[in-house]
Amino acid sequence: MTTKITRQSIVKDLSESIAEIVKRYPKRRSAIMPALYLAQEKYGYIDETTYQAISQILDVPEIWVFELASFYTLYNRKEIGKYHLQLCTNVPCMLRGAYDLMEHLQTRLGIKKGETSTDGRFTLTEVECIGSCDVAPAMMINQSYHNNLSKEQLDKILDGLSQAENVL
Amino acid sequence: MSELVLMKNFAHPDSTRIAHYEKNGGYQGLKKALKDFSPDQVIDYIKTSNLRGRGGAGFPTGVKWSFVPKNSGKPHYLCCNADEGEPGTFKDRLFMERDPHRVIEGMIIAAYAIGAKISYFYIRGEYGLSIEKVEQAIAEAYDKGYLGQNISGSDFSHDMYVHIGAGAYICGEETALLESIEGRRGQPKLKPPFPAVAGLYECPTVINNVETFACVSHIFYRGVEWFTSIGPEDAPGPRLFGLSGQLKKPGVYELPMGISLGELVHDYGGGPLKGKFKAVIPGGVSAPMIPLKGFDVKMNFADLAAADSMLGSAAVIALDETASIPAVARRINEFFSHESCGKCAPCREGLPWGSKILNRIESGQGLPGDPQQLEVICGSVFDHSFCALGVGAAWALRATLKHFRHEYDALITQKTIPVCDRTSA
Repeated sequence: MTTKITRQSIVKDLSESIAEIVKRYPKRRSAIMPALYLAQEKYGYIDETTYQAISQILDVPEIWVFELASFYTLYNRKEIGKYHLQLCTNVPCMLRGAYDLMEHLQTRLGIKKGETSTDGRFTLTEVECIGSCDVAPAMMINQSYHNNLSKEQLDKILDGLSQAENVL
Repeated sequence: MSELVLMKNFAHPDSTRIAHYEKNGGYQGLKKALKDFSPDQVIDYIKTSNLRGRGGAGFPTGVKWSFVPKNSGKPHYLCCNADEGEPGTFKDRLFMERDPHRVIEGMIIAAYAIGAKISYFYIRGEYGLSIEKVEQAIAEAYDKGYLGQNISGSDFSHDMYVHIGAGAYICGEETALLESIEGRRGQPKLKPPFPAVAGLYECPTVINNVETFACVSHIFYRGVEWFTSIGPEDAPGPRLFGLSGQLKKPGVYELPMGISLGELVHDYGGGPLKGKFKAVIPGGVSAPMIPLKGFDVKMNFADLAAADSMLGSAAVIALDETASIPAVARRINEFFSHESCGKCAPCREGLPWGSKILNRIESGQGLPGDPQQLEVICGSVFDHSFCALGVGAAWALRATLKHFRHEYDALITQKTIPVCDRTSA
């Protein structure tokens, strides 16, 4: 069912919405970051074809697009898992046991931080502060927050995700 | 201080909706500013309040606004710095998720004061719910005529847009934030020229923190006398303190500045999780830690500066006696090392070097000369970094060496692995 994503197909998909974004700024270059987000939202990740398409739509050099994609860490330059586990280990979370949780996740998922499980379901990322310091340790799964975590709760959350999939 | 003001609206289920906000005095301050004040009078009013920025540096807000030239012949811009990322800090997220109109109202007042027709609300990309609530609130404000053409029947017009960050801590630095909006990598620029003169698109620009704008709204609604009646004269107004780490009652507390650190972590934070406190980081991880013997210090700009630390974002991280200082220092250093933008060599090269040494010490492989070597690195990074990221990193690490050298020495001589390193509190 997957059709090949080409520069032309991206241009076709995104031109209209990017044109709307451009109106917010006096210079087109400012629209590159939001355009990258639009592409990521639609295709899951961004790559060279995306840079070329955005460069064409905005009429800016491709390097301007690539330099942002490679600088800002929230842009995924390769495919990530269906569930992106982003565990914070910064000081407030660390002081509340985040490293234990990281070890637990690595063991349970059979992957190291920074990796994606072979079935493509989980990507495990160690992240910096996500602003949940009062309810540490904390983790984001895609866009949703999970706070005051323990190993038991992590297991429950991951079991819940697996069950939800089986039901489907 | 018995009455909560900044947090008053947070708990209400409709706190983010404009109908609820208007019913409780919302946008009255803006109407008053547009009707009864000239732009210059707005600036003077905020100067009189002595409001100081809530982002980190504590610069007087009214003074910052007054640096914007009157007849520059260029468009002026306003930016809200909602790139909250200083570890330990979560207060701005609360404002955006639970009281976004308060921030937007403050921004429109500020825009009127500096003559800005466009503002950008720069929110870090991780804060999905904040983005959703702020975008909804902006749409509501347009519907009600608080944004757009001829706001509330005045001849002032203003447009506001959200710009979403993408995971770079450095974009909290104001010139890096502007670079990011312009569509560049977030790398700080040389000052002067300051943004007030040549900021976004080389035009006069003011950047303030989320909580600062919320204070502006309250000042115009409740009056400058209310604001200055709270806290010390040189740092008036309520402030949100975020308590985290190894204490019994982490959370956000609205208090006047000037409360003592000890009172804050004991009376409000509920005391240490285990045994005694060892130290507290008083203003986000850039702020040098204060050991237990310094807990009498007052939580305001001047007193913390005198104690060789800073109030920063008022993000208070407590460490109890189970915490390993070298392990915490290593984690802080790794954070800054990861977030270094790569523009200047001292920060880009010095911080990873420090991390390498700190990792070695922590894993029992430390060498006798390592603490001295760390001191040397701190000196170079502190003195020669281009912006405050490197400076803060070195300053924070130095404090751990100054107050807790014995912990480093113990690790190096006894080759032990610290207790708190890999286990929960």
